[in-house]
Amino acid sequence: MTAAILLEAALKTGAVLAFLLGLAGPLTWAERRQSAMIQDRLGPVMANVGPLRFWGLLHVMADALKMLWKEDFVPPKADKLLHALAPMIAMFPALVTFAVVPFGDTVCSGQLWEVVPKSGTCAEGIEMQIAPLNVGILWLFAIAGTGVVGAALAGYSSNNKYSLLGGLRAASQMVSYEVTMGLAIVGCLMVYGTVELPEMVRWQDAHVWGIVAQPLAFILFFTAAVAETKRVPFDLPEGESEIVGGYFTEYSGMKFGMFFTGEFIEVIVASAVLTTLFWGGWNLPFLCRDGVHLPEWAGGWHLALEHFWVTLIQIGAFIGKTVAMCWFQLMVRWTVPRFRYDQLMRLGWRYLLPVSLLNIVITGIVMLAWT
Amino acid sequence: MAYKVIRPPESAVQSLYVPAVVDGLGITMRKFFRNAFGRRKDTATLEYVGTPETTMPYPLRHRGLHRLTQREDGSPRCVACLCCSTACPAQCIFIEPGEYPEDDPRHGWERYPVRFVIDEMRCIFCGYCVEACPCDAIRMDSGLHAPPVVKRSDLIFEKERLLSMPGRDGKHLHKNPRPDPPDPESYSLHDGARPPLVDRGASGRDGAGT
Ligand code: SF4
Ligand code: SF4
Repeated sequence: MTAAILLEAALKTGAVLAFLLGLAGPLTWAERRQSAMIQDRLGPVMANVGPLRFWGLLHVMADALKMLWKEDFVPPKADKLLHALAPMIAMFPALVTFAVVPFGDTVCSGQLWEVVPKSGTCAEGIEMQIAPLNVGILWLFAIAGTGVVGAALAGYSSNNKYSLLGGLRAASQMVSYEVTMGLAIVGCLMVYGTVELPEMVRWQDAHVWGIVAQPLAFILFFTAAVAETKRVPFDLPEGESEIVGGYFTEYSGMKFGMFFTGEFIEVIVASAVLTTLFWGGWNLPFLCRDGVHLPEWAGGWHLALEHFWVTLIQIGAFIGKTVAMCWFQLMVRWTVPRFRYDQLMRLGWRYLLPVSLLNIVITGIVMLAWT
Repeated sequence: MAYKVIRPPESAVQSLYVPAVVDGLGITMRKFFRNAFGRRKDTATLEYVGTPETTMPYPLRHRGLHRLTQREDGSPRCVACLCCSTACPAQCIFIEPGEYPEDDPRHGWERYPVRFVIDEMRCIFCGYCVEACPCDAIRMDSGLHAPPVVKRSDLIFEKERLLSMPGRDGKHLHKNPRPDPPDPESYSLHDGARPPLVDRGASGRDGAGT
């Protein structure tokens, strides 16, 4: 039994890691090509193997090769240990946060090829989630918050003024936006009545998607999530026009690559969390556990699907939504210019924070009035 | 003393940035969808099709490398009047004028450049030489920019090279309406009489219809 559980956990972890790392690479490509599309350019399209170019996707590999072959430079007076540790600390939380994100409904292992009943869940089944923790979303905040430690350590250990400034900026920005992030979620928690992510998704399946129930929280959470990933318009920690490269000024080769990949993994994780909280997770409209049901006004058409296919479609839907959110984040990244530091702080403390409190109050009043 | 930066007042809505961001997203999305999926793309850059030689053609009025135009027989249209080298503010044109040989119908009618050298590295591409030329002999419509070279001397173009460069249309001919001496029409400038310029000797000079 334990062996089976271990195997199951290992398989799920492997799948999720493959998904995260496998998507982070193409995201670097997407970032370049997408920005090119936005700016009337072509972007990188030249890397090729023979005549094959795959619209520039091979640049991802070229990039990885380049990083592996570059000199791994450590400043002479840097703190060697922390300098080497920082990229790992930065990348680790990004990967681990995904552990609580459910990417599919519980699979009834025994009934894969049967049509399961329309409602209910499987008591004995495989959770499509690496760690079905009962603290759920709290784990997410706890781990995501440590991500900044990597940036701060990198800034501290590099023995470089600019790095230090970048690290400090990262730390203070994270503190400011973590508050908004947490408060934005409170509204959702009140509506969903649970902190467990799969339960939240099931609530959205039964009622409406979170984007309808909590539109304000979505905007707030999205903003805070972008700030957490330290990307434009919240990329002050690296702010290359002001402080060279921020906290990773003194990093090269694959260590820089880890910061870089970590950033994109954070984008994916943020998208996955947004999908789970606001876009109904693995749900698709009209898709139930026993197949497709069109509502009465559309003819009440019904197509029975085996459990296996339903699960596959749901996981596909989750991945699709996540990719769409990634795309949207890249869109925002290439639309909004970087904030000035005072604007950043003002936005965080003077606008987002009160608005998120207001959201809680409004949610509470509406819920009271409703029941 | 601290310096007070005076900024225009921001309303609460402005400093929430949401409307501005939504506006901006509209623009970037329009661009993105048009360039990614649209029929008419706005893309301003070109795809390298395997070679760096794939370039965006310069606009038609671009002043590029000089070329010397040719007559129909392939000789330079230039009459070595030195107008261009006089006009050149960079003084990068060197011309060594010479007489056509005795038996040439143009002998005594006009001169020709024995050497015609332009230092393209010193040239400032002002185009004055083209303006100055009375007979459309020098042009800058080759559509090429100065190529990267290893040695400075590689950018000093001699007459042969200048003559060999075609225009955008791939042709070498000039557009000067004035006829050349062997053409009887050229005499019309002198009321149909042979130009009383020089004693041409006995033979071959009325070679009409060459
Ligand atoms: S373009 Fe100007 S600088 Fe160049 S050769 Fe002609 S006159 Fe001289
Ligand atoms: S190129 Fe034109 S201006 Fe220059 S010497 Fe020849 S005829 Fe005169």
